[in-house]
Amino acid sequence: MGLVMTLTQSSRLGLEAGCSVFLEQGLCLPYPALKASRSPGWDGLLPTLCLSLRVEFIKLASENETVNLGQGFPDFAPPDFAMEAFQHAVSGDFMLNQYTKAFGYPPLTKVLADFFGKLLGQEMEPLKNVLVTVGAYGALFTAFQALVDEGDEVIIIEPYFDCYEPMTLMAGGRPVFVPLKPSPSQDGELDYSSNWQLDPTELANKFTSRTKALVLNTPSNPLGKVFSKAELELVASLCQQHDVVCISDEVYQWLVFDGNQHISIASLPGMWERTLTIGSAGKTFSATGWKVGWVLGPDQLMKHLRTVHQNSIFHCPTQAQAAVAWSFEREQQHFGQPSSYFVQLLQATQHKRDHVTRSLQSVGLRPVIPQGSYFLITDISDFKSKMPNLPGAEDEAYDRRFVKWMIKNKGLSAIPVSIFYSVPHQKHFDHYVRFCFIKDEATLQAMDKKLQKWKAELTP
Amino acid sequence: MFLAPRRLCSFGSSAKFLKTIYPSNILGLPTSAKMSLKLKNARRIEGLDSNMWVEFTKLAADPSVVNLGQGLPDISPPIHVKEELSKVAAIDGMNQYTRGFGHPSLVTALSCLYEKFYPNKINPNKEILVTVGAYGSLFSAIQGLIDEGDEVIIIMPFFDCYEPMVRMVGATPVFIPLRSKPVDGKKWSSSDWTLDPQELASKFSSKTKAIIVNTPHNPMGKVYTKEELQVIADLCIKYDTLCISDEVYEWLVYTGNKHFKIATFPGMWERTITIGSAGKTFSVTGWKLGWSIGPSYLIKHLQTVQQNTIYTCATPLQEALAQAFWIDIKRMDDPECYFNSLPKELEVKRDRMVRLLESVGLRPIVPDGGYFIIADVSLLDADLSEMNNNEPYDYKFVKWMTKNKKLSAIPVSAFCNSEAKLQFEKFVRFCFIKKDSTLDAAEEIFKAWKNQKS
Repeated sequence: MGLVMTLTQSSRLGLEAGCSVFLEQGLCLPYPALKASRSPGWDGLLPTLCLSLRVEFIKLASENETVNLGQGFPDFAPPDFAMEAFQHAVSGDFMLNQYTKAFGYPPLTKVLADFFGKLLGQEMEPLKNVLVTVGAYGALFTAFQALVDEGDEVIIIEPYFDCYEPMTLMAGGRPVFVPLKPSPSQDGELDYSSNWQLDPTELANKFTSRTKALVLNTPSNPLGKVFSKAELELVASLCQQHDVVCISDEVYQWLVFDGNQHISIASLPGMWERTLTIGSAGKTFSATGWKVGWVLGPDQLMKHLRTVHQNSIFHCPTQAQAAVAWSFEREQQHFGQPSSYFVQLLQATQHKRDHVTRSLQSVGLRPVIPQGSYFLITDISDFKSKMPNLPGAEDEAYDRRFVKWMIKNKGLSAIPVSIFYSVPHQKHFDHYVRFCFIKDEATLQAMDKKLQKWKAELTP
Repeated sequence: MFLAPRRLCSFGSSAKFLKTIYPSNILGLPTSAKMSLKLKNARRIEGLDSNMWVEFTKLAADPSVVNLGQGLPDISPPIHVKEELSKVAAIDGMNQYTRGFGHPSLVTALSCLYEKFYPNKINPNKEILVTVGAYGSLFSAIQGLIDEGDEVIIIMPFFDCYEPMVRMVGATPVFIPLRSKPVDGKKWSSSDWTLDPQELASKFSSKTKAIIVNTPHNPMGKVYTKEELQVIADLCIKYDTLCISDEVYEWLVYTGNKHFKIATFPGMWERTITIGSAGKTFSVTGWKLGWSIGPSYLIKHLQTVQQNTIYTCATPLQEALAQAFWIDIKRMDDPECYFNSLPKELEVKRDRMVRLLESVGLRPIVPDGGYFIIADVSLLDADLSEMNNNEPYDYKFVKWMTKNKKLSAIPVSAFCNSEAKLQFEKFVRFCFIKKDSTLDAAEEIFKAWKNQKS
């Protein structure tokens, strides 16, 4: 009993949101979360980690020879120049096997300051305005810990990349959700991510004197929305009016389709001083396993992130940073030209988007055409009305039951979108599933085979 | 203060007028500060912003300075380790996310290796977490297990991150110093520095959540004996506390000494997180891979922290580390095994450093383990009058030595809490995991220094 009383998790981990799941891998938080404490009589009901739905779906997928369009990362290699850069980093100067500068390998912070300084229209200094982190995930964590205090409110736009909520809670903050809402589309008409919008009045009402930060994700996961200038100006004016920090997750910034423009909110008037802009080498160079990300921002905010960084991990691995630096230098030379990887990846990914969109429609799924990112969500309401009683746990959201059914019976995996919503809102958004389309041609062809078989089963 | 010209006072009420005439920047608040009263740091990092490494690595960055300061090897990592990473870098499929709590082949290798030292089996998925360096393991352990208001016992001198990490979770560090026995005549050894058992017992209370143990120890190189660890273990059990055991230098133990894992003592597996480091094991500090090993009901909380902080570590580095481990695991009794060859290599360097330090009248404490050596510099009575008076003696000495002797080191009071800096301010830390040419250059400096004195 004594042992159990002492050996509890810290209360900081008694996160009260329900099952918050990180989808690309791994385990989820306690479901429902119990706030462990050292109070007497506490009898050892340690919160149990549940296997994430993700892991459950992956396991199901592998057991059923599934075409995996669930996991959100490429199933092809990084470009040759990036592979070569990493090979060079690991076989060249042996001192790259040792610690580099804590806040970022100098050639990397320099190229990031140059490259993004131009894009954001801001003079950036490598030591003051750039911090290299362990992935964009690490950048987000560092930002929340640096700025969010107990009782602070953080505005999160739904549907959201699911780590925003637990990171807010771990910092003692209170997430305040505001939904993107689709305008009703006509029957038979395609839905577009641009159709999903914030209600300006509703958004304005979410700001209080306790609001510390707003998390913006553009292009967004899972919806693929690319916020327009007008939408960003609305967010910007509210952030300025209420003196709020904007944490802008722009990891998919190079994947913006149909000639749309990615706009960094930090480049809008009055926003540089209150915005942290987060990026990812993993998404930029199709090398998610390198786990190199960064934050860009004004020194008066960045110094607090540096404090968190030096008291959490201190250094990031050197060689991966060297590889990213060389890769950026290469891209700088080719920027805007047909030989640029950003241009080529964008073209290839847009083509994949179109392919997947057409293929999904052939079985009565209704994709929401994304303006950006490498995800799309698809409306499954028709299936919900035709087959409402799919097997699953009592009260299990429809989209989760649908995905399990699809894995077992159709050999395709996806991710239920209700996972990207706050618990109270999940039941309103249980009729969408997310597909990741940044997959090899062979994977997409395998997907087509499965969909053709599915279609054949639909016709009597 | 600007005064409104008299002629303008006739417009509107004076209050309204004052608002117009005295904008915020004239009232003493620059506009941006007035507008961003909210854009400040969270309380958890208040007072944790300074970091001595930033200052001292800058000092040592001058290429003409022989750098025995920061603890990183300037020797090449072993060939088999470099080769494995080169091999992995050529594999397409090793560039995407891997399992969050540790790449499968790596946690399997770690489990296989460490099971040789534990009486129990180690479940690779539930009892191991791979982190961003041992630093990341310390962070995850403290974040996952320590609460606001808890007390954490830290033994001084301590690896400097323990204190800010404990403070960042709102817990209170409780310090206890290592104290030296008198050693007239004989060589001063790290084993002469011990904890007073009664003093240690007095630091435990009902609020104590954990004690952090570091063996082999940085900066002193102390290797805790079985008996010393038993005293700590007994107190942990008596007060039902956790033990965070930082064992990054576990392979670097010199002749006549043995590394003991406190988690293997009766009653200790269930309450201990043992931390290890690839950087220190294979001389690859820049890979930033470490691990925590412990019972699943503790490790799962570190895993929860991991999934909400960095989520996963780099894939290719973990795969290469796993392969490197397999090679050395298979030859553990062989002198060629890096776990055996590195301490042999370093013992020679250690002995050389001892001679060099003694030759100029510095009084080293011979370390039983690790790759640092500390020396009492006060006997030199160097003229430090030009240095900043507000700093502890060792800070001044290191800056003086860097400037005048072109040799850098780290002041040991940097490894003490602010109230206790004076206890260790006569000591300076030198790192000796350096190639022969670096130590040759240091030797030249010491020779010239000695000649200057005589």
